[in-house]
Amino acid sequence: MLAYLIRRLFAAAVMLVVIITVVFSIFFIVPKWAGVDIALSFVGKQADPAAVEGVREKLGLGDPVFVQVWEFFKGLFVGRTYSGGGDTINCSAPCFGYSFRSEQAIWPVLKDRFPVTLGLALGAAVLWLILGVAAGVLSALKRGSLWDRGAMVVALAGVSLPIYFTGMLTLAIFVYGPLNWFSSDYVPLADDPAKWFSAMILPWVTLAFLYAAMYARITRATMMEILGEDYIRTARAKGLREGIVIRKHAMRSTMTPILTMLGMDLGALIGGAILTESTFNLPGLGREVLLAIRNQDLPIIVGVTLITSLAVLFANLVVDILYAVIDPRVRLA
Amino acid sequence: MTTQRTSGRRKQALAAAIGVAALLTTAACGGGDDNGGGSKTGAAGFDAANNKVAQADLAKKGGTLKFGAAQDADSWDTTRGYYGFMWNFSRYYSRQLVTFKTSPGQEGATLTPDLATGLAKVSDGGKTYTYTLRDGATWEDGKPVTSKDVKYGIERVWAQDVLSGGPTYLKDVLDPKGEYKGPYKDTSADKLGLKAIETPDDKTIVFHLPTPNADFEAMVGLTSASPVRQDKDTKSKYGLHPFSSGPYKFQSYSPGKSLTLVRNENWKQSSDPVRKAYPDKITVDIFSNANDLDQRLITGDLDLDINQTGMSPQGRTTALKQHKANLDNPVSGFIRYAVFPQSVKPFDNIHCRKAVILGADHESLQTARGGPLAGGDIGTNMLPPGIPGGEGQKYDPYQLNGANKNGNVAQAKEELKQCGKPNGFSTTIAVRNNKPVEVATAQSLQASLKKIGVNAQIHQYDGSQTAGIIGSPSNVQKKGFGIIIMGWGADFPSVQGFGLPLWDSKYILESGNNNYALIKDKSIDGLFDQYNKTLDDAGKTQIATQINHKVMDGAYYLPFVFEKFINWRSSRLANVYTTDGYSGQYDFVNLGLKSAS
Amino acid sequence: MTELSKSGAAVGEPTSASRPPSAFLEVRDLKVHFPTDDGLVKSVDGLSFQLEKGKTLGIVGESGSGKSVTSLGIMGLHTAGQYGKRKAQISGEIWLDGTELLSADPDHVRKLRGRQMAMIFQDPLSALHPYYTIGQQIVEAYRIHHDVDKKTARRRAVEMLDRVGIPQPDKRVDSYPHEFSGGMRQRAMIAMSLVNNPELLIADEPTTALDVTVQAQILDLIRDLQKEFGSAVIIITHDLGVVAELADDLLVMYGGRCVERGPADKVFYEPRHPYTWGLLGSMPRLDREQQERLIPVKGSPPSLINVPSGCAFNPRCPYADIPKDNVTRTVRPELTEVGSKHWAACHMTREQRERIWAEEIAPKL
Repeated sequence: MLAYLIRRLFAAAVMLVVIITVVFSIFFIVPKWAGVDIALSFVGKQADPAAVEGVREKLGLGDPVFVQVWEFFKGLFVGRTYSGGGDTINCSAPCFGYSFRSEQAIWPVLKDRFPVTLGLALGAAVLWLILGVAAGVLSALKRGSLWDRGAMVVALAGVSLPIYFTGMLTLAIFVYGPLNWFSSDYVPLADDPAKWFSAMILPWVTLAFLYAAMYARITRATMMEILGEDYIRTARAKGLREGIVIRKHAMRSTMTPILTMLGMDLGALIGGAILTESTFNLPGLGREVLLAIRNQDLPIIVGVTLITSLAVLFANLVVDILYAVIDPRVRLA
Repeated sequence: MTTQRTSGRRKQALAAAIGVAALLTTAACGGGDDNGGGSKTGAAGFDAANNKVAQADLAKKGGTLKFGAAQDADSWDTTRGYYGFMWNFSRYYSRQLVTFKTSPGQEGATLTPDLATGLAKVSDGGKTYTYTLRDGATWEDGKPVTSKDVKYGIERVWAQDVLSGGPTYLKDVLDPKGEYKGPYKDTSADKLGLKAIETPDDKTIVFHLPTPNADFEAMVGLTSASPVRQDKDTKSKYGLHPFSSGPYKFQSYSPGKSLTLVRNENWKQSSDPVRKAYPDKITVDIFSNANDLDQRLITGDLDLDINQTGMSPQGRTTALKQHKANLDNPVSGFIRYAVFPQSVKPFDNIHCRKAVILGADHESLQTARGGPLAGGDIGTNMLPPGIPGGEGQKYDPYQLNGANKNGNVAQAKEELKQCGKPNGFSTTIAVRNNKPVEVATAQSLQASLKKIGVNAQIHQYDGSQTAGIIGSPSNVQKKGFGIIIMGWGADFPSVQGFGLPLWDSKYILESGNNNYALIKDKSIDGLFDQYNKTLDDAGKTQIATQINHKVMDGAYYLPFVFEKFINWRSSRLANVYTTDGYSGQYDFVNLGLKSAS
Repeated sequence: MTELSKSGAAVGEPTSASRPPSAFLEVRDLKVHFPTDDGLVKSVDGLSFQLEKGKTLGIVGESGSGKSVTSLGIMGLHTAGQYGKRKAQISGEIWLDGTELLSADPDHVRKLRGRQMAMIFQDPLSALHPYYTIGQQIVEAYRIHHDVDKKTARRRAVEMLDRVGIPQPDKRVDSYPHEFSGGMRQRAMIAMSLVNNPELLIADEPTTALDVTVQAQILDLIRDLQKEFGSAVIIITHDLGVVAELADDLLVMYGGRCVERGPADKVFYEPRHPYTWGLLGSMPRLDREQQERLIPVKGSPPSLINVPSGCAFNPRCPYADIPKDNVTRTVRPELTEVGSKHWAACHMTREQRERIWAEEIAPKL
């Protein structure tokens, strides 16, 4: 188990370096090869040559590629300074870059937005796990019943309806509509838990609806497959109650693929809840990146991409470890 | 039994679905049907604030004025902001020597003294401008605003390597050779080394121009000519908290999220002939979802959209149906058009250009832009109606709003024959991929050109790379972009502020070019030179008209629309009006609320 | 029967005309049918047999002959394992030690499972839960039926592992199934099945997944344990060799029905059904160099949806034309006594079969 853990951590560290390099290259190096001057994306409508030169100097765009990557790495771990035109900007570690557009270091922005997204993703995940897995298991056990067919139709709807549709619908009903039950103004958890909850409940439900639908379908299919396994028959042959067969023997196996999905989904949601966050106007990473795209604020896009990759990486690491806890066979791998 | 129960459930589901649909269409319309006229307590009426003042006498002191936004300013630093709404909004916290009159319509585009006691005393054949500062103007810490603060603020324009983004007219006019290196590289002790500006005492400031420029005073009225206190200059971070010289100061700002201004207690009404400073507090909340923003406007959570770029299609539809009295439909000052680079064959031939202009279906292009209300009036020439010299639809040399409204195939084919392409030709339309409406106009144009045998392919390019893709004449020629879809608005309301970068041959650049048509017309260049030497308004207006006619005669452009917006004003607002000074936006600085609560 | 009276329910009461049999296990006219989209699959279609304590019954047949379904039917695992609408349709009677299982309360049958009747499955790798240790799985099996603490149960598990010949059982008890070899896994499976001293042990192809040398060890183990515990054992196999030495009685199944049954010696040395001859002929013989299959069973097992009319074996039977009037294709043959406690279902006369066996088959084996 320990050896497994060390191997996983090492692999994660290697991936970390690869991800940072690739992300940096995609945004800073590849455009250069494609003949696009990225310094131009940092200045305004009138591309004053001095302005372009100033950005180039601050970012070190004239330096060799490996120096730029190295500086970027160094910034992440020990911080860096950007200087040019008689102006020096400190970006303390971890320096995820600096937006010359909004004149702020990226890390504080990420740090500020991250809890919102995390709260959204985790809250929704709890909801959709409970709803999706319960509905999936029930469907698998009552295969072919009215409940099963009904649940699968709802699940199909959930999978097919886009967030901005269900989101707008819930907003129209519960916030602006006749049922003015919830607020759509985000308040940090620490400031006022009740208001936070009120602002988060609709996004959670909307997001959870989509994912619960997917999880219900996966759970149903997996559960049906697992119920056909020999070891489930063995468990019954021992004289176990059916409830225990399901909970103790079938559920544990069913959780394996669900856990994999959960890891990926949570990781992706950290940077990818763009639609939900913008629909509900939650000041999280997804909304930030949307605004950054609109403002062509490249460093923020880089920062969010990076933090998302790290979140996916971290989520996968956690899944790998949980895997080993659940499935003893994995520990050998 | 089973079937009965099922059908019962189905009915319920259907009823629920219909209910939801009904909710969607009527959602959030709290107010009654207040179309048409206006009342003292409610909305002022449709177009009631377009070029005229609505409910001026209802403005009370106090209250919180609530702006919403889909987009933050590019920068709140007076030197760096370039968005029209930022210039408009900046008057809350910064003053200039002169500024636009707080009047509706065209009068709002004329200058009036602000920090200065009067308009400039021009001498030396238009090469020297002298201003005297008025008494009592102070910073937010109570210290007086001096001529040196104004000079330092203007000098910051030279520090483009640190403070990029804003307009550079002042630098280009006062120091065309770029001799001054900006205050951060200034070796003189007081960092006031710019020779073109003199400050003989704290109350006097003198500008020396190498050559006369008729629009110089308009440039002095730009936000980028605002004073900045040297000891408060945080360089690139200044935009996070600009030091106020106006009636309001920054209380808090979180980029991309929110901005709050509160009263600057050290500002004195007696020192300021322009600003009324009605509300106690001004808030800006930024939303990522345009529909959400519109909903909040309609429900009355917010008073107006700071971006002033019109409502989203969905919100617009609801508002037009149910709250027409809260809407204005001003002309934006933008012209949307197609332009023909002469470097791409066969657009070197004027007849081929005319063929495209005549062949296009102008009504369909207007529809693609959003129709007469949200899109604008059919554009007939290249000078916006709000700019002195602009004639609007009265000047229509190609009958685009007349006989040829839906395209004139016969005449277009005749032009093609003269061009030597009787069977038409193939070309490429370049359009930004991030503007769906522009893509729609490209498709409309493509469809109507097919009728005259012109086969146009649409090429969508990365809108963020405009400067490098269509701003590079060599690239345009290489890729064969015969038609480029674009739009343009004036930085300041004059033919120079609008057309100089577009039509003057001196402005053809290797990169970041805006003279896409590559117009090299000596008579146009000459008219611009002559314009700058002309000091009387009537003369300037006449030249502006002449330039516009020259451009239209050359058939370099196919104008689509004189753009119009549909903007929302809440029923709480008083003293509301649109101004040509800020391209048809509401004049923010003197907005008031009808009650303080 | 004490459990029965405790529950107080009228479960296990003989139905209508039935009466409790004297045998420990008696199956009467068992039918297991599965409805599918293509039609009704008659996996078991009227099977009857008896088994006494301390005896071993071998059920032999090709895959799809209904032998596994029979064993699951006895265990009551069809109803427990079925979700949704398509449940197996089971009829007939299964008497275990005086209790009729099919009409009994399912929860009562559940309590018998694992305690009074236990089962060993074909592939121990898939039949053991991969996420739990061998010990955990044995302890679970024990604690369902015994109210003891975990420590006691664990001691019992170690004891059982030791009994089935697993070295270092106190250490191996904490191993996972994937850490065992195939033979060891099957031993563990057996240990788990026997942990409650069941009176009936059903082994469904217990050696199929194992290699030849391990097969013999496992069979020896089952025999030894049977002697020790005195249980009744049913061994289900497609391989006559497996049951040759182990079984007291043999039951040959074809197409969901019994075609021959009787004492093992009789069925082996005086088989009276052409299908049994085929099975004997296709049996690998270790004492011969060449694996000659003299009388292989040609063709494939019958469809259980459209069972051939008459004798189900007739399409594959080389002697189908011997009985007159095409009777093999029209009339289903009943089991008739061909010797002491020896029954076979064939239209040929006893004499015809004795002659064919003695003259054509036996010499070639």
